[in-house]
Amino acid sequence: MIDISDTVLQFVLVVVVAGPLVGAGAALLPAPPGLRGTSPDQAVLRHGVTVTGAVLLAALVLAVGFDHDHPATMQATTDISWIPALDVRLHFGVDGISLPLVVLTALLTFLCALYSYFKMPAGPSPRAFVALLLVLESGTLATFAVLDLLLFFLAFEMVLIPMYFLIARWGGAQKAQAAWKFILYTLLGSVVMLLGLLVIGLDSGTFDMVALATDNGSGMTKSVQVMAVLAIGIGLAVKTPMWPLHSWLPDAHTAAPTVGSVLLAGVLLKMGTYGFVRILLPATPDGMSVFAPYLAAFAVVGIIYGSLACLALARKGAGGDLKRLIAYSSVGHMGFVLLGISTMTPTGVNGALFANIGHGLITGLLFFLVGALKDRTGSTDLDALARETGGALYGRAPRLGGLLAFGAVASLGLPGLAGFWGEMLALFGAFRPAEGLHRGAFLTFMVIAGIGTLLTAAYLLIVVRRVCMGAPPAADAPDAPRLADVQGYEFASWTPLVALTVLAGLWPALLLGLTDPAVQQLLAGGKA
Amino acid sequence: MTSLVQSVDWLAIAPPTIAALTGLLVLVTDLFVPAGRKGLLAWLSVAGLAAASLALLLLLDGDRSTFCLTGDTAVCSYTADRFTVVIQFLVLAGALVTALLSVGPLRENRGGEAELPAGEYWFLLLSSAAGAALLPASRDLATLVIALEVASLPAFALVGLRRGDRRSAEAALKFFLSSVVATAVTLLGASFVYAATGTLHLTEIATALDDVDPALTTLAQTGVALTLVGFAFKTAAVPFHFWVPDTYIGAPLPVAAYLSVVGKAVGFTGLILVTVVAFPSYAHVWGPVMAVLAGLTMTVGNAAALRQSSTRAYSAVRLLAWSSVGQAGYLLVPIASAAYADDAAGAERAVGATVSYALMYAAVNLGAFAVASLVARSRPRNRIEDYRGLYARRPLAALALGFFLLCLAGLPPGIIGLFAKVTVFAAAVDAGLGWLAVVMAVNVVIALVYYLRWTAVLFRARVDAPQQAPVRLPLPLTGAVALTAVVAVALSGAPQLVLRFSEGVLF
Repeated sequence: MIDISDTVLQFVLVVVVAGPLVGAGAALLPAPPGLRGTSPDQAVLRHGVTVTGAVLLAALVLAVGFDHDHPATMQATTDISWIPALDVRLHFGVDGISLPLVVLTALLTFLCALYSYFKMPAGPSPRAFVALLLVLESGTLATFAVLDLLLFFLAFEMVLIPMYFLIARWGGAQKAQAAWKFILYTLLGSVVMLLGLLVIGLDSGTFDMVALATDNGSGMTKSVQVMAVLAIGIGLAVKTPMWPLHSWLPDAHTAAPTVGSVLLAGVLLKMGTYGFVRILLPATPDGMSVFAPYLAAFAVVGIIYGSLACLALARKGAGGDLKRLIAYSSVGHMGFVLLGISTMTPTGVNGALFANIGHGLITGLLFFLVGALKDRTGSTDLDALARETGGALYGRAPRLGGLLAFGAVASLGLPGLAGFWGEMLALFGAFRPAEGLHRGAFLTFMVIAGIGTLLTAAYLLIVVRRVCMGAPPAADAPDAPRLADVQGYEFASWTPLVALTVLAGLWPALLLGLTDPAVQQLLAGGKA
Repeated sequence: MTSLVQSVDWLAIAPPTIAALTGLLVLVTDLFVPAGRKGLLAWLSVAGLAAASLALLLLLDGDRSTFCLTGDTAVCSYTADRFTVVIQFLVLAGALVTALLSVGPLRENRGGEAELPAGEYWFLLLSSAAGAALLPASRDLATLVIALEVASLPAFALVGLRRGDRRSAEAALKFFLSSVVATAVTLLGASFVYAATGTLHLTEIATALDDVDPALTTLAQTGVALTLVGFAFKTAAVPFHFWVPDTYIGAPLPVAAYLSVVGKAVGFTGLILVTVVAFPSYAHVWGPVMAVLAGLTMTVGNAAALRQSSTRAYSAVRLLAWSSVGQAGYLLVPIASAAYADDAAGAERAVGATVSYALMYAAVNLGAFAVASLVARSRPRNRIEDYRGLYARRPLAALALGFFLLCLAGLPPGIIGLFAKVTVFAAAVDAGLGWLAVVMAVNVVIALVYYLRWTAVLFRARVDAPQQAPVRLPLPLTGAVALTAVVAVALSGAPQLVLRFSEGVLF
């Protein structure tokens, strides 16, 4: 849009990736004079807001300076040799596929930092909290910006330790167990993924993602590709998470602090699906087409399973936890993303990328809202929230109730909001999958996924009815404490999400215009 | 007529010689130094080890050989090539850090009498280091076995040196008996190989083994297998690992650190020399054996480390002991992969992965032991529970230990640990040892559990907070922690420093 020289953009991208890391180091040092604030805790939390804000600003500059006429080419690329022994290069760059994810990550982390500044989760010192948050941000941004397989693995692993500590130290009930489950599952998946990455790298002689995409798998035999896709796919599927490898997710979400949940659902899960699109689709197309039907089958099972689990949790008297419910709904939503990828068509993959962003915005918002509810009522138990007559959030805290209803209908895929396009495009893709894939099977998957959307609508509406509607308690009833409505800082951290959900829903071309050329090129083997 | 007197390249043999001479010097000086001034011996030893390490700089310009056959000057008993220099650096620097760790314990005394006799301690440490430095340069089986013995015998004494400590004596005896048996078996194997080939020089053996008299094939194969035993023992490969936990706990802590790094270096260096240099034509014999050993070693070590209860006495050392067994398994993987390489260059690259990994492991494991010594000064029982809240008491030490443990686990921010593991994985995948790579992958996850559990303990709040006066730390100990931490961080920023050896530029 605006012409910014490439050298500047390079620098900006490096700042985006490395900035949070520097900020994390600085957070551990005592604040310099003049920036001490009212207390050390306040100073360090403010430091977090400043750094994430600066990174967001840099990400926006990157988005503005990005050449929107050529989203398929890698831009702002840096390519420096780092470890010649392993052929690891510090190769960064963004294209139409990664740019939206980079901006989403920067935005969500900034909102989380802002939210924590006013509402620090209970736990030990904020100093470590801010440092871990920044390391997490750096790892996630690096995952989306690197163009080297081993560097991708490094970035992929980099988020584990910070997320582990965020859950284990600032989490709720059963936090230690949940944190363990999270890190063990992901690590087991990612070491298997490392083996697959090594197979690709050693067999084709390069770890460079751009070169691999250009080769389009021509350097590898089909059996090597099958092996690589299996190994890498398992690692990515754990992260996504794909049914039946999802069982760490509900526990992690239930135990994590609000901002942990927001980032986990909003951006960490995307690292898995991004890996599918960035690595497996272009580098190993033959192996991918072998596994595509299975991936699609697991994806639709995930969709149905996720929504049935949610329905069970939403029932009256089931004692369902609202955070756990949203976590299971994530399993379903990520199922749509995987279905879109498995079609191996531009339509499906574009849908998957759109659904990625949509899910990040909407689920991020939902976790913020549930976190706010928990702060007010002290519980996320659906039965406790809904009471006998319904939670009556509309009556007790109308803005909060309205936002929750908005998040729910956005999540169920109401046309005009961000959740709609991704899922619809994924279903379209399944209607006409790529050549070589069994169409009948994909048509069946499409129908099942379609049923899944109905179930999704059902449980979300049940949640809205039970939590938002109902008769407000009498003003003097002892069992219903007064609920504070949305505060200023909450508005500040939620409004961008709401606005973007509406914007992406009404103007999908904004995103699709970025992703489509890049996807076309990836699927065509690096040749536009 | 050729002269029967060999000309010796003194520069080539300088590093082990300096260490050995310093050892003798310390032993003699000890006689003349009054009891109160024994600290002098420590600085003498440190200076000797530093000088020996610096002497390596002079060997960087090219390969040197000495003690060659008068008939055929290409066949030598002592070679200082890249491989030798790198391993000698590892051994001597490891001994140097051990020396820094030892200064504190040697100053302590119980009832007027020093717990550890200083003169003897330094002499034994330096002798053992000299033997360990000689080993990578040895290019014939006799020198190799002698070097192994020179490295091991003082180590037995070091383990049992603590006066009036029954556990220490028991540990030394256990270590001694099992080690001697292993060395004897190696000697037997070497003699079989000699009988089958008629030579002791490694390169000569390699050519002679290609066409062994068919009647002697069984003898040669048995010899090859038996020769590996002694070195596998030093590496603490399963099933020769059972001495490790008791010995580490019984030994003074610096000695345990020394055994875990330098002792292991002795073992895998010997294995590399014997397998890759001497027995390449028998790769089909030792290849599968090493692969199975590697798999077993890491699995047993990590499983046992996982089961350590954190409240048991000495559980921190016990965990480090078992984890070092697990790490030994990773060290063996590339050696096994070398058997499946297509050519000599491929084998060299694979072995280079072991060297890279060993350098990383040496730095961070010594670092972990250094922090353990630091904690042991105020909490001699050294339970993992004693590390609870270390971050609140000594933030820098806690951060350093956390970093070391994550390097051992191979997780960012321990980038060097991660990439060292990647090179090992790459060697296995390259050799087509997919199953071993998968076994190792599972082990990496198991190991993560106990490393991370320990790391998490460091940052947890203390349950009880008994106020006690902070123990003053000896400067050398702090120096050792700082040194290893700086090395580990620097390597994480520039992993190429050690990973370049996996490019195959060793021999």
